[in-house]
Amino acid sequence: MGLKLQQSHHHQSVAVKGNEQMGTKRGYTFIQSNRDWLPKLILLWVMVMGFISTWIYKKMDADNNVRREEVLSSMCDQRARMLQDQFSVSVNHVHALALLVATFHYYKNPSAIDQETFAEYTARAAFERPLLSGVAYAETVVHSGREKFEKQHGWTIKTMQREPSRLRDEYAPVIFSQETISYIESLDMMSGEEDRENIVRARATGKAVLTSPFRLLGSHHLGVVLTFPVYKSKLPPKPTMEERIVATAGYLGGAIDVESLVENLLGQLAGNQAILVNVYDITNSSDPLVMYGHQNQDGDWAVVHESKLDFGDPFRKHQMICRYHQKAPTSWTALTNVFLFFVICLLVGYILYGAVIHIVKVEDDFREMQELKVRAEAADVAKSQFLGTVSHEIRTPMNGMLALLLDTDLSSTQRGYAQTAQVCGKALITLINEVIDRAKIEAGKLELETVPFNIRSIFDNVLSLFSEKSRNKGVEVSRDKTNRKPSLAVFVSDKVPEMVMGDLGRFRQIITNLVGNSVKFTERGHIFVKVHLAESTQPVADTKVETCLNGGSDEGLLISSACQFKTGYEAADERNSWDSFRHLVVDEELRYDAPINTIDEASRGFTLMVSVEDTGIGIPLIVQDRVFTPFMQADSSTSRNYGGTGIGLSITKCLVELMGGHISFISRPQVGSTFSFTTVFKRCNKASYNDTKKSIVELPSGFKGLKAIVVDGKPGKQNGHLFKLPKVILLAKNITNVELEKAKAAGFADTVIMKPMRASMAVACLQQVLGIGKKRQAGKDMLNGSPVLQGLLCGKKILVVDDNMAHQRVFAGALKKFGAAVECRESGKAALKLLQLPCCFYACFMDIQMPEMDGFEATHPIRMMESKANEQMNGGMDEDSGRKGEWHVPILAMTADVIHATYDAGLKCRMDGCVEAL
Amino acid sequence: MDFVNQLQRKFIDYSSSLHREGIVDDQFTQLRKLEDENSPHFVMEVASLFFEDCEKLINNMAIALEQKQGVDFKQIDECIHQLKGSSSSIGALRVKNACIAFRSFSDGQNREGCLRCLQQLSHEYSLLKNKLQTLFRLEKQIVAAGGSIPRVH
Repeated sequence: MGLKLQQSHHHQSVAVKGNEQMGTKRGYTFIQSNRDWLPKLILLWVMVMGFISTWIYKKMDADNNVRREEVLSSMCDQRARMLQDQFSVSVNHVHALALLVATFHYYKNPSAIDQETFAEYTARAAFERPLLSGVAYAETVVHSGREKFEKQHGWTIKTMQREPSRLRDEYAPVIFSQETISYIESLDMMSGEEDRENIVRARATGKAVLTSPFRLLGSHHLGVVLTFPVYKSKLPPKPTMEERIVATAGYLGGAIDVESLVENLLGQLAGNQAILVNVYDITNSSDPLVMYGHQNQDGDWAVVHESKLDFGDPFRKHQMICRYHQKAPTSWTALTNVFLFFVICLLVGYILYGAVIHIVKVEDDFREMQELKVRAEAADVAKSQFLGTVSHEIRTPMNGMLALLLDTDLSSTQRGYAQTAQVCGKALITLINEVIDRAKIEAGKLELETVPFNIRSIFDNVLSLFSEKSRNKGVEVSRDKTNRKPSLAVFVSDKVPEMVMGDLGRFRQIITNLVGNSVKFTERGHIFVKVHLAESTQPVADTKVETCLNGGSDEGLLISSACQFKTGYEAADERNSWDSFRHLVVDEELRYDAPINTIDEASRGFTLMVSVEDTGIGIPLIVQDRVFTPFMQADSSTSRNYGGTGIGLSITKCLVELMGGHISFISRPQVGSTFSFTTVFKRCNKASYNDTKKSIVELPSGFKGLKAIVVDGKPGKQNGHLFKLPKVILLAKNITNVELEKAKAAGFADTVIMKPMRASMAVACLQQVLGIGKKRQAGKDMLNGSPVLQGLLCGKKILVVDDNMAHQRVFAGALKKFGAAVECRESGKAALKLLQLPCCFYACFMDIQMPEMDGFEATHPIRMMESKANEQMNGGMDEDSGRKGEWHVPILAMTADVIHATYDAGLKCRMDGCVEAL
Repeated sequence: MDFVNQLQRKFIDYSSSLHREGIVDDQFTQLRKLEDENSPHFVMEVASLFFEDCEKLINNMAIALEQKQGVDFKQIDECIHQLKGSSSSIGALRVKNACIAFRSFSDGQNREGCLRCLQQLSHEYSLLKNKLQTLFRLEKQIVAAGGSIPRVH
């Protein structure tokens, strides 16, 4: 009918979608989302670092300045203190002189001092007053006593201008003077404004008083005049101002050369060069008068320190101002530090920036890669889908071909060939399916199915698939008549259950791969497949010798005495040798009666051990450890000589591991290889086997009990099938038709079996010879030759919903052909009415594209209805009947649309499948 | 009996010529396989259904394409889809191919192309109808003559 079951590819597309989502989700990191800000950020960083550096520099500079100021202030204070001390020493000396004058001039009568004595004394004591250019004593003379005074001294009182003094209330003419300033003798001190003020203040306070600085007459240095009062009589303890004025006898004065004083002082001290010192008289605070230092001298005005000076005169205030000679030097340490800091920050910034740029770049690359990956994966999926579609297209006609292959009455050879062709074709279909499966393996979506199958028939099929190949090879490789082609043989232990549950296809794939490899690489010798339960190897090894001695060949099974291995070639794995094989056979014969399938064991899994032994070229030692790596062949010449891609073993390994077993191999170069693997299968319980009507080629059991003799030069080809004696069947390896005719003519044989012997071939042959082969009923099974399908559908009510009348009729006709009772409806609505519960339809085929209500829309309410009914029923019936009621009409979508989306949409609407109509 | 044999041979020749000319394909053969004692006129029934359907659809499309104020390509697309479905289920190969060509034009909203295809389609359709009717006539003749219609195996 050309109906095709649509394959599903939606797994892969879902996987790709998942990846895309992952890609977009992972996409944007913080850095990525702010990538446009990066240059600005680095600029900002540099600026901030610049500011910080400047700030640090300023801070360090300020620290420096503070230190400088401290140094300056301490130096300044020191100088001020010393100046004060020296000054007070001078004042004390003047004071002492004043007392001297008072004592010897006034208290002694007559006076003990005259000008000469004074001059001499002061000259001799001048070392004590280095700063005083000279001292003089002026006596107070009131106007009334002027004449007497002038007479007594013999000179007139003169003013500062050296003129005879005018009339005044009071005079203070100098009577004693040091030699150095003898020029001021007879000068009236009261006539000078400053001196007069000094005198007035001195006699009022009784203390040393100072003038404001002025240029000294002799040296032109700046100096001050110190004036001390001398009292005539002793003063009371707390004299008033009037008492002092009255008691005043005269004044002792001295000019202090302040400039020299300070100069000397500074000269004595360290750091003299560094600082500039100015001394001011700041009695009049608005107009400070310079006592020392140059007002205009440049220097660092930024750092200035002022120290108070107390020269003992309560009326005058003095001040010392210090500053540095030079401006503060640029602090190179600070500058260097800051510069290094800035450079480091710059570098750090640059490194960070570089890193970030790198990250951005890497992420960009990553995204690009991911896109490419997604695209590649999409391409891969597309490829898989393409492969799927193509294989699908190949499979359909293939099925037709295979169905027709065995339809007619064939001779045994023809039938054998035809069966081989069919098996090959089926294997091809399997391989085509495996193309799709490979994609599944790659996507990790391979799921194992569990179906009952006959292990022996699998091996039989595989063997037949390859026997043709190896036979051809034998002819091609060696022209000579010697036995050069490899012989194929399978031994399945009797303990291995007939039917097992497992993944038929995968198991077959594994066997096909391994045997195929062996056939490919073996040119002579044998390929021997041995299957037994993993547990049964142990006892064999133990009872080896005994069983050999017992030699239980009493059933007429002929085991040749030839102890040589079948083809006389050594195998890689000694354990697999012919000897052990024979022991196995014998051993199992002895224990044959023991019941194997007890009920306990029925559901349990068991481990099957399969080994494939060949006498081929073996695997070179150096590549043995990468045999299971995909696309890895022994060397490049391998694929040239033998073909293949090298992926077979890796897939085999995957499959074996999926089936809960493991694979290993022993190989000796130029001797052969033995691949062994284990798989875990479940024992098949009979019920499930009967339920699923798989069209497994079964070997008829009609031959049981017949006896036969196998005549062959080499033993071991047959181990259980017995022929009836009168019929002679010729076993031949290679026989031409001519030879066959000859043999037949000679009455030698009824028919010929080509070697290697295969169970199915033997059965076909025996059927022909014994005449028990049933003839096909032509015409009945013509459609796909599927009695199974007929049995399945016979009497079942099936609903076909299609608005296309022609289509509907055709479909209905096809179904009727298989004995189904078909109802037809033209729209979804009509179908809905029919499918109301309880409904009695076995299945429903529904067109997708229909007017009014399409297939999807129609399915939805049906499923709703069913689930509601199921809920109700399960609620009420749970306890009394263990069976859970399930309303579920299989609904299959029909469509000419091959787009996979339709299939997915159908599944979404909870349809059960999809039929692709022409 | 000779006459029946002759008719039968003619019938076989004719039906194989249909195949050769590509008017019908394997699907048609499959249909004929479905005929048995229970439904002896299965193919005829299906074919007449198909003819009705086809005429209706072609008419519809012709009307739709005549519309001056814009052609409803969606409607045409639906008709073509139906026609393609029915033609493939009956195995009318050339009609089906015409449909496929038509479809591409209607997808491209090409009115000229559609009109051309419609013409081609109706041509193919009448050819098919003629041929099948001849075949059915032959069938009837065979039955009338008391022979059985050669079954396909």
